[in-house]
Amino acid sequence: MSTIPSMIGSPIRRREDPRLITGRATYVDDVKMVGTVYAAFVRSPYGHAKVRSVDVSAAKERPGVVAAYAAADLIAAGLNVSIPVAADLPGLKKPAHPPLAIDEVRFVGEPVAVVVANTPYAARDAVEAVAVEYDQLEAAIDLEKAAAGPPYVHEDLGTNVAFVMPVKTGDPEAAFAEADVVVKERIVNQRLIPCPMEPRSMLAHWDTGAAHLTLWTSTQIPHLLRTNLALLLGLGEIKVRVIAPEVGGGFGAKLNLYGEEIVVSWLSTQLGRPVKYIETRSENFAAMTHGRDQIQYIEVGAKKDGTITGLRMKIFANLGAYHQLLTPGIPTFTPLMSPGCYKLTGFDCEVTGVFTNTMATDAYRGAGRPEATFMIERAIDLVALELGLDPVDVRRKNFIGSGEFPFTTITGLTYDSGNYAASLDKALELVDYKGLRAKQEELRKQGRYLGIGFSTYVEVCGMGPSAAMPAPGWDSAQVRVEPTGSVTVMTGISPHGQGEETTFAQIVSAELGVPIDSVSVIHGDTDKVQYGVGTFGSRGTAVGGAALKLAIDSIQAKAVKIAAHQWEANPDDVEYKDGKITVKGDPSKSMTTAEVGFTAFRGVGLPPGLEPGLDATRRFEPPNFVYPFGAHVCVVEVDADTGEAKIVRYIAVDDCGRVINPLIVDGQIHGGLAQGIAQALYEEAVYDENGQLVSGTFMDYAMPRAHQLLAFETDRTTTPSPVNPLGVKGVGEAGTIGSTPAVVNAVMDALAPFGVKNIDMPLRPEKLWKAMHANSNGKVNE
Amino acid sequence: MSYCSKDGRTTISLEVDGKRVKAAVSPRLLLSDFLRGPCAAKGVHVGCEHGVCGACTVRVDGQAVRACLMLAIQTDGSRVETVKVLGIADAMHPLQERFQARHALQCGFCTPGILISAQTYLREHPAPTRRDIEELLSGHLCRCTGYTPIVDAILDAAELERR
Repeated sequence: MSTIPSMIGSPIRRREDPRLITGRATYVDDVKMVGTVYAAFVRSPYGHAKVRSVDVSAAKERPGVVAAYAAADLIAAGLNVSIPVAADLPGLKKPAHPPLAIDEVRFVGEPVAVVVANTPYAARDAVEAVAVEYDQLEAAIDLEKAAAGPPYVHEDLGTNVAFVMPVKTGDPEAAFAEADVVVKERIVNQRLIPCPMEPRSMLAHWDTGAAHLTLWTSTQIPHLLRTNLALLLGLGEIKVRVIAPEVGGGFGAKLNLYGEEIVVSWLSTQLGRPVKYIETRSENFAAMTHGRDQIQYIEVGAKKDGTITGLRMKIFANLGAYHQLLTPGIPTFTPLMSPGCYKLTGFDCEVTGVFTNTMATDAYRGAGRPEATFMIERAIDLVALELGLDPVDVRRKNFIGSGEFPFTTITGLTYDSGNYAASLDKALELVDYKGLRAKQEELRKQGRYLGIGFSTYVEVCGMGPSAAMPAPGWDSAQVRVEPTGSVTVMTGISPHGQGEETTFAQIVSAELGVPIDSVSVIHGDTDKVQYGVGTFGSRGTAVGGAALKLAIDSIQAKAVKIAAHQWEANPDDVEYKDGKITVKGDPSKSMTTAEVGFTAFRGVGLPPGLEPGLDATRRFEPPNFVYPFGAHVCVVEVDADTGEAKIVRYIAVDDCGRVINPLIVDGQIHGGLAQGIAQALYEEAVYDENGQLVSGTFMDYAMPRAHQLLAFETDRTTTPSPVNPLGVKGVGEAGTIGSTPAVVNAVMDALAPFGVKNIDMPLRPEKLWKAMHANSNGKVNE
Repeated sequence: MSYCSKDGRTTISLEVDGKRVKAAVSPRLLLSDFLRGPCAAKGVHVGCEHGVCGACTVRVDGQAVRACLMLAIQTDGSRVETVKVLGIADAMHPLQERFQARHALQCGFCTPGILISAQTYLREHPAPTRRDIEELLSGHLCRCTGYTPIVDAILDAAELERR
């Protein structure tokens, strides 16, 4: 390798941190412009209602108010647009989705009007002065009822079914014919709310002199946002600049184009003033995309020895009232990943996407894959229970073998590399499985209920090959060696907490032999950085980092030519070694990247025909996705008196390929675990039958706090990916995807003496207590 | 002393991060907005405006408080401290140094509030247990880290300060 080994794989402290830790970072709301006015939205208090009238005239009379608009005013002024959906499917129903509701509201929190004032306080006061008359309609809230018939979210469609996608592969009939048992279950993957700590924030500035729009917004996809915004506003793309400054978490919910972003940008063009909108937490709960929300009916065929033969699934996916950018695409990941890390011979699935009077669902950490992993990992345990086998043995029995990669699954994906048994072995060793089972037995005699749960997951990420994506799947990097030897990196990804300013600088430092402090990594500004696709789907390093590696390769190739010319050597005899350019076998000849960079800048002494300058822009088109995997073990104790499930130990052995910075990789795993465990035990978005969001504040939505989690035990195996030149896989979502079933399997294992097979998440104490105190008729003994 | 002008504004004088500040504020102005606006204390982050997430935590006369649940006029004559009092990039407070070393932050939005709470707590409780820190953090929400490294970092800093 031509790298400085110490840089790759080292727990280098993040260079992002000093500004963040000292309170000197700049998030959107920290950007101040002279003359800024503030927008506030009037939102529907009803889940479903006709809008009889919207009267903004009284609001306009309020002190400090600059303007107020209803949907009709926007349309009259020329903004007649629908919020775009990028994911497409055969026969997909795509109802119009105006940024302000026109004559009907379809979820609580849907914007119906906007007011603009000199201060945020005046704007919020003026919201109260907008008079909206509603006629409440019956709301479609229950997912299965909505799939079956009226009331319809969009009356003109005559159905709530947006699409039906069948996936039938292999020979499911034969697979079930050879099964000795068929296990059936209804699995609910409840709705979650992403809750980044920074709510949606935006500042639009129409520069009247330059006729140019700048939008600072808390987004994961600045370039895609710019392109779409330009098209929607009818502006040339060169007239729009999108900047994602510090972004306070996204988790998929900022991988979108929101109506508020369109309206605020348009307002600035109309008013000729900077317009800022920082949503409240209540608005964030109600009107930023939600995640998950599927009901799955499954049938698993298995032989007596635990061999899984086939899988049948009927999935209902709750889309919410409208499509956002990827809404219908998210549940289509679920069947693809449903086989998990197991070999099946028959697969028959149908996904039904359903509109309801709720906020749109869309990407949320894992996005369609947690739903698959939870289902298959629960299914394995249900099969083990049915057959009286150890869930570990059933997993091993069905694993794709380490010698079988690349492995084409029954759903047509090609897993790049893996060693599922190795990560499971390591996890079992760490947890002392035999000892734990003995302890479980002993405790049960004392009336204490310990449970051990497993999840051996695989997930698909590093999104992705362009042909398999609703948007381009490649990403870009530009590397510039500056005259002084500093190196500037422009990356097309848009990190918001993942730390690529550090990891990418590590890669540059290792490959080009420059001090890490002389590397600058720039991102998130469409006027600075070449087109990039952004940060989502655990693609930052697997795609953006791979593009960086290609750009470094180009620079090294040019530097070698220049050095060879200087030394009058054959370029084939010159190489990068330990971060320096040398002649093979002659250590006396050596140049640094900085020295060659200066020669290239000066333009004197270059080989004939070679352009001056030492920089390169490259794009990486992934030939495949990457497939990280791992084995998680959760140990819980359920208190028989209170029903509370307490996690005693959590062991996560993950494999994300080659690791650039273990500190950051562990951080991604930890954060992922917290969100996955939270789904198992705590979090649930709840709408009542009228469509009121009952869990609409941090007082009601049970996002976990420190005392509800524990010190995780993490370890890893390393199976490099052949898909990209770094050998890396994604790690952003793996912890979330892997952890939820481990927790639920552990709790079900704890409750096995009570004959309990399945309880829907979140596993709140009262549900567990009832299950433990139910008599044989299923009634609770009070 | 504060006094009220004709437009309802009240003039207050206080100390913010070691500097004297005198300003005419509307009685309804939240302390969080006052600090973020006229005082340019951008380390005060507003994450929920209802006193639950803890991102806006600052110190008023030595006590950690939620700046979104306090009015600016209540701080007349007070000493208000934001995360800026801890340290700067080249001279970090041990808590900040440990937060970086332990990777106790990712997006960083919740971090300043947690730092203020931790610093305030450690002054009174120099030898906390892991459980103590988990209790302390029950006033804060973080979506990125899973809390483990935050607890580790605060315990580290306590130990460093005891030496």
